[in-house]
Amino acid sequence: MTETATVDALLTLDGLRKAYPGVVANDNVSFEIKPGEVHALLGENGAGKSTLVKMIYGLVKPDQGSMVLNGEPFAPANPAAARASGVAMVFQHFSLFDALNVAENISLGMDNPPHPRELAARIREVSQAYGLPLDPDRVVGDLSAGERQRVEIIRCLLQDPKLLIMDEPTSVLTPQEVEILFHTLRKLTAEGTAILYISHKLEEIRALCEHATILRHGQVVDTCDPREESARDLAEMMVGSTLHVPSRETVEPGEVVLVVDKLDLKSATEFGTDLKQVHLEVRAGEVLGIGGVAGNGQDELLGALSGEALAPGAITLKGEDVGHLGPNARRERGLLTAPEERLGHSAAPDMSLTENALLTGAVRENLTQRGFLKWHATEDFARKIIKDFDVRTPGPDNAARSLSGGNLQKFVIGREVLQRPDVLVVNQPTWGVDASAAADIRQALLDLAHHGAALIVISQDLDELMEVADRFTALNEGHLAAPVPTRGLTVEDIGLMMGGMAEDAV
Amino acid sequence: MIRLEKRPSPSRFWAGITPILAVIATMIVGGVMFWFLGKDPLEAIRTIFWDPLFHETFGPYSRPQLLVKAAPLILIAIGLSLGFRAGIWNIGAEGQYIVGAICGAGMGLAFYPTESVLIFPAMVLAGAFGGWAWAMIPGILKTKFGTNEILVSLMLVYVAESWLASVSQGLLRNPDGMGFPGSRNFKDFPAAHNAEIFANSGMHWGVVTAFIAVIFAYVLLSRHMLGFQVRLTGEAPRAARFAGVNPTRLVLFCLGISGALAGMAGMFEATGPASQISIDFNSGYGFTAIIVAFLGRLNPIGILLAGLLMALTYIGGELAQLMLGLPAAAIQMFQGMLLFFLLAMDVLSNYRIRLTRKEATT
Repeated sequence: MTETATVDALLTLDGLRKAYPGVVANDNVSFEIKPGEVHALLGENGAGKSTLVKMIYGLVKPDQGSMVLNGEPFAPANPAAARASGVAMVFQHFSLFDALNVAENISLGMDNPPHPRELAARIREVSQAYGLPLDPDRVVGDLSAGERQRVEIIRCLLQDPKLLIMDEPTSVLTPQEVEILFHTLRKLTAEGTAILYISHKLEEIRALCEHATILRHGQVVDTCDPREESARDLAEMMVGSTLHVPSRETVEPGEVVLVVDKLDLKSATEFGTDLKQVHLEVRAGEVLGIGGVAGNGQDELLGALSGEALAPGAITLKGEDVGHLGPNARRERGLLTAPEERLGHSAAPDMSLTENALLTGAVRENLTQRGFLKWHATEDFARKIIKDFDVRTPGPDNAARSLSGGNLQKFVIGREVLQRPDVLVVNQPTWGVDASAAADIRQALLDLAHHGAALIVISQDLDELMEVADRFTALNEGHLAAPVPTRGLTVEDIGLMMGGMAEDAV
Repeated sequence: MIRLEKRPSPSRFWAGITPILAVIATMIVGGVMFWFLGKDPLEAIRTIFWDPLFHETFGPYSRPQLLVKAAPLILIAIGLSLGFRAGIWNIGAEGQYIVGAICGAGMGLAFYPTESVLIFPAMVLAGAFGGWAWAMIPGILKTKFGTNEILVSLMLVYVAESWLASVSQGLLRNPDGMGFPGSRNFKDFPAAHNAEIFANSGMHWGVVTAFIAVIFAYVLLSRHMLGFQVRLTGEAPRAARFAGVNPTRLVLFCLGISGALAGMAGMFEATGPASQISIDFNSGYGFTAIIVAFLGRLNPIGILLAGLLMALTYIGGELAQLMLGLPAAAIQMFQGMLLFFLLAMDVLSNYRIRLTRKEATT
């Protein structure tokens, strides 16, 4: 870091612009990153954060504008060139091979990998130095999400980066793992490495970052020191308007409507998680929040409740055993679900919104007559979802794929909510959804509970669960902890539950 | 620089117009090929596309042939398209076609020489049953043991061909045929003969059934829950399970219906245009129908048109060989080009072409 003495800024962006057909992703973006700082890049989904970091990392070429790195013009033609100049990036979605071990995975991502033995030694060395315990010989398929992220981080650190870009790094981590990560990042900045930190978790940004650049509609709208702003102020800078905070009225929980008892379920996929002796009860008017790091059995639990996976004898709805029934029979009885994956699971990407309304609405909304489809009624139902849930689309004839993530999620949640379920199970209801849409969705869920439905909200977003759930529990390797009331729960308690040590915590 | 850019939703306009563009492109490139072969390109194109329908001498002969050739293609392709839409790949329609023909014809021959109006309907049912049963073999193996329906259905074609050779020399051989292989000629057995409904029109019961199948498939896909489930399974299998589709039942339905339609097509062909079961009465309709299904974009109306177009190029191709002395390989090339252009043009309905200047290098 000899350059730091002569050059003030490590990376300077000047007037960057990138337009895609029909949308300007970035326009006139200028800011600078200083050596040794953690710089936050804040913005809603679609604000242009990803495009911007892709330009810095050489994945996308800017249409206009220039970058200066260490006083030299910087225009990486590809990620390899960016890495050679000292820019490294940890992606939100890992690119690791489950069947290979840690060292092999790391060597695959390197431009000229050293000898395996030497590499393993260096991995150990770096992981020790930065407090990121990782065994180079372990197979990646057996690692937790947090450990997988460490693989990605160490892969970057081995390149000795001057600038490390991190895209939503904590979305897969438990609070304890987040602490370890922050510790590592602080150590890195102390050595002069700059970090460009992308996140929508405002509390984290306030805890970690010294400087924040806020993007909205592709432009820099504000900069601030996040330590001096409240989370709410930051959110409003991001959204550009006053944020509507979901409100809830507490109602006395009613009868128990759904009981899951001794549910054992083998996962259908090889690297999935089996459910082990899951027990839960939900009452009418109550929201049960289920936290946990992704891949601990969330998808399997949703599948068991939706009827995609059968669990004879383990699920009781309003006193009736429904474990052996398929999805439509359960819908008929009032148990509705919304899976996490929007494209391809809760919605068919290339089908129109009308057809997607039919996908789960056929039974309860009476959209068929002796097997024949009532297209007019279906289209009316789709229109109603679009109207009531403020789905931004030209009309119900548009393909689901053409909607933005947040709009499609509003459509999917709206489709279930409007069917007046007795029990609604949602998995990651606001994943990848912008702040205002997320607030709308949470409000809709709370309203539904207020009207007497029982809700199960599975989410990795702890803030979300704290906001909507009456009781909280967590999935850990297919085990479900005993639920505890949300009120008065501390982050430490939650972390321990997510780590599978609930009994000690409560 | 030319770039392809994915459309947010597939364009209906381009999906409709690409087949016409493909036919035009085939005519141009095919014309060039014929020119290189020393033939007048315009005359060759006219002989293939125009003369079979409108030529003074050949027209009356080849017009009915168009229906005769198109009907089995359409009937089989309609059944296949339902499976293909759902991602269930029945490649063995040829086998189901043969078994349907054997069962249907066998049913009729069992009653020889009884004259009853019930015989022909019974034969239709037997033909459908034969094709259905033959398709159930890959269906049950797939749903029970997870075998691949492509391989099983394809291999069963060769089993069916061997069975056909066996019955035409044995079980169904014409007792009055002086030991020649092949069944009785159905023209000599009116109750079982799939004769033309109107003389010289080419219109036999198979053609009628093909048209009914087109309408049936159209209504099923656009207005019925089952058709919606078929489409949904093909578009997004996980979403289909979430919507409550039972994959086992859907596989059996799709294979069963394609088998039954192929079986009927075989029965109509063996008792009508071919007029007997013989070792080689099948002429690859079951395989050609796969092309027809895709040419018609797995859409019932499209398949109707594609079947007619395919039949036209066959008849026109034969005519061109006869009249202009074009080699058979050139005609096959021409048919191949048509398929190639149709599939290649498909890109236009999902992508738009954009001309861009070279990206500035800074």
